[in-house]
Amino acid sequence: MKSQGRTFRKIVFAVGSVLSFAYVMPFVLVFLNAFKPKFDILENPLSWPKQLDWTNFQQAMEKMNFFRSLTNSVIITVISVSALIVFSSMLAFYLARTKTKFSKVTFLILVASMIVPFQALMIPFMSIFAQFVSLNNRAALVFFYIGFGVALSTFLYHGFISKIPMDLDEAAAMDGANDLTIFWKIMFPMLRPVTATVAIVNALWIWNDFLLPRLVLTQETQTLPLSTYLFYGQYSTEYGQAMAGLLLAVLPIIVFYLILQRQFISGISTGAVK
Amino acid sequence: MNTGHKVRKFGIFAALPLAIFLVVLVLPFAQGFFLTFTNWNGFKYTEFAGIQNYTKSFQDDAFWTTLWFTLKFVIVSLVAVNVVAFGLALLVTAKLRSATILRTFFFVPNLIGGVVLGVIWQFIFNTALISISQRYSLPFFQESWLNETNTAFWALIIVTVWQSSGYMMIIYITGLISIEQDVLEAARVDGASAFRTLMAIKIPLMAQAFTISLFLTLRNGFMAYDVNVALTGGGPYRTTELISMHIFQDAFAFGNFGTGQSKAVLMFLMVATAALVQVSISKRLEVQR
Repeated sequence: MKSQGRTFRKIVFAVGSVLSFAYVMPFVLVFLNAFKPKFDILENPLSWPKQLDWTNFQQAMEKMNFFRSLTNSVIITVISVSALIVFSSMLAFYLARTKTKFSKVTFLILVASMIVPFQALMIPFMSIFAQFVSLNNRAALVFFYIGFGVALSTFLYHGFISKIPMDLDEAAAMDGANDLTIFWKIMFPMLRPVTATVAIVNALWIWNDFLLPRLVLTQETQTLPLSTYLFYGQYSTEYGQAMAGLLLAVLPIIVFYLILQRQFISGISTGAVK
Repeated sequence: MNTGHKVRKFGIFAALPLAIFLVVLVLPFAQGFFLTFTNWNGFKYTEFAGIQNYTKSFQDDAFWTTLWFTLKFVIVSLVAVNVVAFGLALLVTAKLRSATILRTFFFVPNLIGGVVLGVIWQFIFNTALISISQRYSLPFFQESWLNETNTAFWALIIVTVWQSSGYMMIIYITGLISIEQDVLEAARVDGASAFRTLMAIKIPLMAQAFTISLFLTLRNGFMAYDVNVALTGGGPYRTTELISMHIFQDAFAFGNFGTGQSKAVLMFLMVATAALVQVSISKRLEVQR
């Protein structure tokens, strides 16, 4: 019995190792080839680089306008996510605490809107908005992200707030606290686990989003995903540069993940089960 | 609570987010639906066109190619992603010492946007695999998988599984962990085999995780765009265009805003129907246990 368990474990371990190797292999390839000149890549993509050659990185950084794109991505993600946290937690508080027909219907519309694919909106979106405002700016993009993201985030907060007893706010109201104080001083600190979920789910989506920025932004305001698209088209034969560029583009989010790994995993599982 | 207070509370807490939601989501949705019944050219419309845009969409051969391709992609990716993800979840919860590291490895592809993934995998299929298989005389990858419709389809599936199985794995792990130890202990005492325990106890007890994961993969399958654009670009000859990319091309590359938007409305109806059917079936199975 015991030895059987041990063999079973060994098999599981072996399968796990092979699979995890398959999952990281693409990253290993990117890493190895980012340091190689083109000729070496074509000769053998699996070989270890002969020397640590940073030229690919320099050229990729220049072409992608790395620091500008990184700054744009950070600004857009941070502002959108913060705004989504503030707006949707407040909206969810309102909808969960005012038990009127209006708030019920509004909540249902928000939930239903989550199955509307972006593709069903993008065409009218572009031609309607483009007539009134210049879309090519980061503020417009943030505005759109709030509009698209508010439903899911409100839904997540709503589920959590509904479980908090009303007595709590009522007691605070008796003590003379106004709505804003009740919300920010008492409610919001209790929402921390959901706030983490909302932050992570939205940050991943906005950081990696490609379609919306592609429609809205141009060169100077481009985000990191847009800047990597360069390597798809005209530079597609400069493999080394492309690999260096991709490595630069994925590094920030991977580092971020490794630091906040636990929050990421629990964020996704609470977010999904809701 | 008096009326003045109610209005003030609405103004402070709900007005702004709801206004933004209305402007960004609800209005374009309604407007887009309305425009499909006109002769809209992307800027203005002069008359109503009835259901002409819809009939034209269905007469478009490329649209049918896309529909079948999308359907095939949704079904195969749904099955593949969930089977792999569930397998990974079982593996990671099998009490290995290396579980945390494995989980990280499986999850990391998920952090990366579709375009970057597409470019990486394009390099793998077009360059790396060819060079490796020529070097070691392997038979499978002598020609790029992206040059032929059939293999390009499987390339899309491989990349999709690689990208999203880690996310679904987390959902399944949550489900597996939520099963109470007593129940599993009881099954062990009764001498149930590992397979029996899995089929008769674990899977029924974590049905909710399946509902969620199936819903998400279904939706992602219909909405897949980034990987499609960056991996196959719809080629060869527009035979690997998923519906999302097809709509984008129709409207923005060929300027057919009327049919493009009609197809988008049809896409919405497909996603909504498929999601409703799937969720109601799954919910029924959840209750039955």
